[in-house]
Amino acid sequence: MSIQAIVERCEALYEDVELAAVRAWKERTQGKAVGYLPAYVPREILHACGVLPVGILGGGDQVEIVRGDACFQSYICHLPRSVLELALSGKLDVLDGMLFPSTCDVIRNLSGIWKLRFPGKLARYVDVPQNFDPAVGGVFYRRLLEDLIDDLAELSGHRPSDDDLRASIGAYQTNRALVEELYRLRAQAPWRVPTSEAYLLLRAGMLLPVEEHSALLRDYLAEVEREERREQDNARIVLRGSFCEQPPLTLVRTLERAGCYVVDDDFMPILRWGVGRPSDAGDALDALVRAWLESESELPSRFAADGQPKGARLVEKTRRSGAEGVLLAAPNFCDPALLERPMLQEALAEAEIPCTAFLYAENTGQLQPIREQAGTFADSLKLWGEA
Amino acid sequence: MKASVVKEPSMVRQKELIEGYFHRLARAKEDGRAVVYTFVPGNLTELLLAFDALPVLPEINALQSGMRKLSGEYIAEAERAGHSEDVCSYVKCDIGMMLKGNVGPTGEKLPEPDLLLLSCTGCFTFIKWFELLRQRYRCPVAMLHVPYQESGVVTPAMVAYVAKQLETEVVPKLERVTKKRLDVARLQELLARSRTAEDDLVAVFESARRRPSPIDAYFSGVYYIGPLFTAFRGTQEAVDFYRLLRAEVEARAALGQGPVTPEGALEDERFRLVVEGPPNWTHFREFWKMFYDERAVVVASTYTKVGGLYDRGFRHDPSRPLETLAEYCLGCYTNLSLPARVELISDYVRDYQADGFLINSVKSCDSFSAGQLVMLREIEERTSRAGAFIETDLVDPRYFSASNVKTRLESYFQMLAQERRVPETVPAS
Repeated sequence: MSIQAIVERCEALYEDVELAAVRAWKERTQGKAVGYLPAYVPREILHACGVLPVGILGGGDQVEIVRGDACFQSYICHLPRSVLELALSGKLDVLDGMLFPSTCDVIRNLSGIWKLRFPGKLARYVDVPQNFDPAVGGVFYRRLLEDLIDDLAELSGHRPSDDDLRASIGAYQTNRALVEELYRLRAQAPWRVPTSEAYLLLRAGMLLPVEEHSALLRDYLAEVEREERREQDNARIVLRGSFCEQPPLTLVRTLERAGCYVVDDDFMPILRWGVGRPSDAGDALDALVRAWLESESELPSRFAADGQPKGARLVEKTRRSGAEGVLLAAPNFCDPALLERPMLQEALAEAEIPCTAFLYAENTGQLQPIREQAGTFADSLKLWGEA
Repeated sequence: MKASVVKEPSMVRQKELIEGYFHRLARAKEDGRAVVYTFVPGNLTELLLAFDALPVLPEINALQSGMRKLSGEYIAEAERAGHSEDVCSYVKCDIGMMLKGNVGPTGEKLPEPDLLLLSCTGCFTFIKWFELLRQRYRCPVAMLHVPYQESGVVTPAMVAYVAKQLETEVVPKLERVTKKRLDVARLQELLARSRTAEDDLVAVFESARRRPSPIDAYFSGVYYIGPLFTAFRGTQEAVDFYRLLRAEVEARAALGQGPVTPEGALEDERFRLVVEGPPNWTHFREFWKMFYDERAVVVASTYTKVGGLYDRGFRHDPSRPLETLAEYCLGCYTNLSLPARVELISDYVRDYQADGFLINSVKSCDSFSAGQLVMLREIEERTSRAGAFIETDLVDPRYFSASNVKTRLESYFQMLAQERRVPETVPAS
């Protein structure tokens, strides 16, 4: 498949807010599908239960919000209102359940709205521990995962064995390695992997079965190796703050047009969430428990324990990717991203890394101010960055 | 509005308690007492007092600043320092106060924390708040993650998880900063006193089942919860205060009197309401007046349950000190799922024979606010009572529009009056 064909397929999936691809998968396999919201759930468990995990990222700029707006005040972010809009208009009926990660108070309360509005459907709040001691938070989390397996096994009729879980962990490890390769290539030669293409490939990973997504990534990476693309005099930047509500594709393209090579980002962190190989001594569930406890992620909804100053990872990532500056791009009214922004700005200032900040929503249509801001930032990095 | 404010003896006593507390805080360092910043929901006051540590509650400082008309200036200071306009105004008020010298409500400087006890109950913002304070104060954080009651029940696994964190994370860090070992017997004594005070607080709140209600369970209620939700739970001062308060309320009830407002006793209760959500603090008295001018009495509220749902039966149990603290944290109102909140408010409407209910949606607090419009419709459906919805904020004065709120409330009261055919004119008293 050519790059163009791959990108077109991914763009069709990006626009598939009514989940036609999931419907097709269910018809083909007679399996069950369960949605999940950002930022992190252990997808491996769903996969091992024979359930298709479906990342729900709202309606973007494609859905007119009527019913969703009636459920949330104006000062609540956009994602939950578009998710509810889709659900209340029957567009998520194809899902047999929903998982709500402990990302923020809004997503937490959305789990309650789901229970009230869709009482017949599975709705679980995935309360990952903020205590990272294996004997404390680990024990609690393991129990939570066991309960989740019970629910999903009842739904799908398949209780996974340890081997099933190991196989699922393996499938996602393969996928993550390919995603990391995509990021490595972007950092090394960003003109070969435009951000908008990478973004569409990542979005496809939220919808497709993992094996299919891995095949798509392989095809893309192989095609990119073959195709020559011209380097442009753009600034290399890291984008941070978009871990939950996603920017519209038009905004990502705007950043590119403004002269930014986005060499790293926190779009859909679940796609890069490391899970170690299960040890021979322990069981596969143990690897998933450790994946949360031992993560080095600076996910805004994950407590940064003492000795892990906020922003340290961002500084490290910026330097490692060769970026010249950071764009702090937070969704409107996103408490986790906005509350930690001053800490990140302070860490970046100490490290003498330039940054600029802007707000967006998943349906942002006024892109000119962002283009001007990002363009000015990119120009300033090019003009004075190495002075 | 009257300049002079009518105060009951319990209110005077409470003011003395709070002033004494801030004086103790001001002297904490010279008295060699450790200072622990923590939050109201899931506060572990008995545990801190068992170590002779003094708690500082940033939300209380913020609301005190709101009531003293200082919060606007503090919020502006935090926004100048890079904090977004769209985040919790408690956080910004606290940070602004810190940037301006950390002077408390009594004019004395608040001590810096030796430990930040991040009791993470029902609010994600708490995590960010203490990450921000840690960056400023360079002191350790003890994280206490309290799982959410997503299915409406507290499971043994949840209690075990919280109790284990107390044992392995919180107590060791308190021992380190206070240089003392935990005295379990002392903790048990404190918990036993909490229980006594909690009984009296519940009796006060349940007095609102009477007609007329001798209390306002929201506007007066925030004063009633003060000592128990802050630095006094477990102390003899709290036991004495709640005994005094209960006697005062029971005396009013025996005489068939209504609640005490800043302008005197409210006679001829006209509307009985349940209120969901925190009050606005920057215009607290003005907001209250909009109710008592219409002779509307709040007979039950959810905000007065953020520091514990005692009226649903919970009491601290001295025989299981860590487990009881865990259960307390798990049971606070904002840790309840939306279906459980809907059920609680619907029960209040029925149990307290309310004419309706009001949701005060505050911009700052997603933990409270996200989903309240859905709750409104659910509660209306379950209780067949009309609800009202207003929007204000906690301590950001920019988000309190007196005319909008008043208009909305007046329309609502008119509607209730039509429904119940309540006389429009105030009878001569």
